[in-house]
Amino acid sequence: MAVRELEHLRYRVVGQPVPRHDAWDKALGRTAYAADWSMPGMLIGKVLRSPYPSARIRRIDTSRARTLPGVAAVLTAQDVPRNTLWTDVPGQTTEVGPLRAKLCVLAEDRVRYQGEPVALVAAETEELAEEALRLIQVDYEPTPGVFDPLEALAPGAPLVHPDSGSNLLARWSVRTGDVAAAFGRADVIVEGTYRTQFVDHAYLEPEAGVAWIDADGVLTIRVATQVIEHFRDVAEVLGLPHNRVRVIGPYVGGGFGGKEDVTVEVFLGLLAWHTKRPVKMVWTRQESLLARPKRHPFFMRYRTGALRTGELVAQEIELFADAGAYALLSALVLLYATTVACGPYRVPNVSVEARAVYTNNPPTSAMRGFGAMQVVFAYEQQMDRLARELGMDPVDLRVRNALRKGDRIPIGQVLETHVALEEVARRAWETLGPPEPPPAPHLRVGRGLACNMQPYGRIVWLHDWASAWVGFEMDGSVLIRTGAPDVGAGQASSLCQIAAEVLGVPVERVSIHISDSALTPLAGTTTATRQLLMSGNAVLQAATQLRDQILRVAAELLEAPAPDLWIEDEAVRAPGGQSIPLVRVLKECARVGVPRSAFATYHAPAGDPIDLERGGGRVFPDFTYGAHAAEVEVDTETGAVRVRRYVACHDVGQAINPQSVEGQIQGGAAMGIGYALMEQVVLEQGHNLTTSFATYLIPSAQEVPDITPILVESGEGMGPFGARGIGEPPIGPPAAAIANAIFDAVGVRVSELPIRPEVVARALHRLE
Amino acid sequence: MRERTEVEVSFELNGTPRHLRVDAHRTLLSVLRDHLGVLDVKEGCSEGVCGACTVLLDDRPVSSCLVLIPRIHGRRVTTLTGLAVEGKPHPLQEAFVRFGAVQCGFCTPGMILTACAYVRAHSGVTREALRRALAGNLCRCTGYVKILDAVEAYARSVRDGG
Repeated sequence: MAVRELEHLRYRVVGQPVPRHDAWDKALGRTAYAADWSMPGMLIGKVLRSPYPSARIRRIDTSRARTLPGVAAVLTAQDVPRNTLWTDVPGQTTEVGPLRAKLCVLAEDRVRYQGEPVALVAAETEELAEEALRLIQVDYEPTPGVFDPLEALAPGAPLVHPDSGSNLLARWSVRTGDVAAAFGRADVIVEGTYRTQFVDHAYLEPEAGVAWIDADGVLTIRVATQVIEHFRDVAEVLGLPHNRVRVIGPYVGGGFGGKEDVTVEVFLGLLAWHTKRPVKMVWTRQESLLARPKRHPFFMRYRTGALRTGELVAQEIELFADAGAYALLSALVLLYATTVACGPYRVPNVSVEARAVYTNNPPTSAMRGFGAMQVVFAYEQQMDRLARELGMDPVDLRVRNALRKGDRIPIGQVLETHVALEEVARRAWETLGPPEPPPAPHLRVGRGLACNMQPYGRIVWLHDWASAWVGFEMDGSVLIRTGAPDVGAGQASSLCQIAAEVLGVPVERVSIHISDSALTPLAGTTTATRQLLMSGNAVLQAATQLRDQILRVAAELLEAPAPDLWIEDEAVRAPGGQSIPLVRVLKECARVGVPRSAFATYHAPAGDPIDLERGGGRVFPDFTYGAHAAEVEVDTETGAVRVRRYVACHDVGQAINPQSVEGQIQGGAAMGIGYALMEQVVLEQGHNLTTSFATYLIPSAQEVPDITPILVESGEGMGPFGARGIGEPPIGPPAAAIANAIFDAVGVRVSELPIRPEVVARALHRLE
Repeated sequence: MRERTEVEVSFELNGTPRHLRVDAHRTLLSVLRDHLGVLDVKEGCSEGVCGACTVLLDDRPVSSCLVLIPRIHGRRVTTLTGLAVEGKPHPLQEAFVRFGAVQCGFCTPGMILTACAYVRAHSGVTREALRRALAGNLCRCTGYVKILDAVEAYARSVRDGG
């Protein structure tokens, strides 16, 4: 029976590119995003932000704003019951110690970055709210700031947080083997320094939400978020019991990690609680670009040693990350970078020193790739340099050193599932096809390869879990309830496919309620490429329990053993050809008191915080492996780089919906191409010069080539049906693949992002 | 506070005549969303770059965040909802769903309107020309490939009389 059931499971709904239910709503314009919500008597909320990157606040005078007719509330730090959001990170090196960093909801006596929230207003109209902001008088005393992480570590640098005694926020350190001796044995050593930039998530939907006190007195906030569990932060700040705050998450207009930290929810909670009226807050694009956390810029020093055979023997790595003005998730971003700093390769002797440093730049925090992507730009250019030094084929060098299942990576984690590096590297490289000559003499064409590994699932010491409820209605339709937010990647729709598969119903018969902290079982954050692994497994477990319950009842009616039965075409069927309508079985369940629903909680692999300097251990559940191959055309007169062909290949374990998986790969690669060639938050002494879409450029259809996605399905992931997470992995390789292709085309090594035409042109000039 | 001047405007919204008295400094975007509750028009940047607020003014795509309300007097405004034919989805909407061209969906209304207007106005649609035509509608999720696939397929069906 097992074999037949497996085939049944494998081929019916899972693995099919079914159109997503949310796609129809969105294509018809019916989806009500956070900013599309309104309530009767609703006020408009706004934030007053610091114009200075570093200043003392001497005095705030809100009297004029408060007396403006139509203004319902003006709040400063002293009006916030508990003015603190905490970041806790255990397990760091002894030099820094466990992190317990404080972030004020509204600035008290100091501002540490341009755009830091200082005051809130709520008024009858948007114009009145803006006018109220203008009437708040803040007396600032600008103070010296520090804007570069290396300068921030120098003695005498201004302290961003004077209490902490140093600008060093986090440090992770790895030592395995004998690095010095291994470099002594190396035939070839390549060295490089690499620098990456601040970038913005730049989702199309700006941060938005509406808060109100519901009929039951519960503070309710409908907000675009990746994390409905922030209801707890709102409760803490207001001093309310956690069970008196509810967060409802509508379908999100893009997240990419930027809606992982709190955005508007705490501000909305404060304003609604103070005014006892509904309040709406929608940030402008300019405000979002000015003040939202960015991706960490990294400064990276790499030294790599190999034998003549291509075998890697040693790698020495130093990483510096600009954490900006507040901790947020910087310590964890740095841990991700540290974990995969050597990439998907066996390196027996490794030293990694990683530091995240406070500056008066905008805070940096979660963004797709989460520290594991900046290092790809370095380690894959090191591999390219090495291949050239050794005269080896770029694929062969990578295959020669590829990690294998059972290997222990430098942080001490043993890889438990298949590492498909060889398959993905060969397929990506070969799929580029035969080279075409450049169309004009001043154009040069080159090709580059880059591979990566990216964790999916949260750090194991967070003891992650997700829960889901699955039930049959009396008419045979299926309902799922789970707290997972859908940020546009098809999270909800994939869960419907999983339930449909197990319960033997068409996917159209499955409906889902998601992302409500009061009414859906919590499933954790839609971050860390975890939702398919987590809520996917929870739905799989709940649906399987439910099916077994139903089949036990059907077995009585059909007088056949329950394990032999299956559900198909609205009926429970037996191998002998007997069948009984599903609704008849569901009625029988009701009659005999057997539940027509099941609830399950999936627990991810868990462990304790590890000491990286003393052997380390497991940090993540598992990893996703990929390889991208790029063909670029470099204009030797202007330095302009155009991507002509692009192939992105990942082992996704098992695609639940291949169309969604392809979309993740293409979208991630496109975002990576923007990172490689265009995007940069330009800061001048902490002042953001790119606060509009006219100055912060993201790729349009003209800049993105046709990205060919290739899905390898090893079946060895830890997600449902052997799936691996694919949300973050595709953003890792593009910058390195393109940099390597540029070197191949014109012999110029670009070690700084973004690779703008002037950078390439200058380097070409130096070459001459 | 800013001085207010009200204007009266008459225009056709998705086939229905509308007559309004509103502040003259309002944008079409703000009037559609805040006054008329037309929420299939999205606000992404309010500076005419992202294309999320695209509507058809007569038959041409415009960023409604850049159109002051007096300018629409006597004209036809079409939003995504207005593309439906006799209550049925427009074939381009169907193509977006079928090809997986929708992820977060926030750019989708503007993208579909721009693409629809372009295909209506041009007979031989090439992929490269489409890239230029859609360059004013930013998408952060899809990498554009499936969007271009969907629009090309629709353009082929129009050309072939489908």
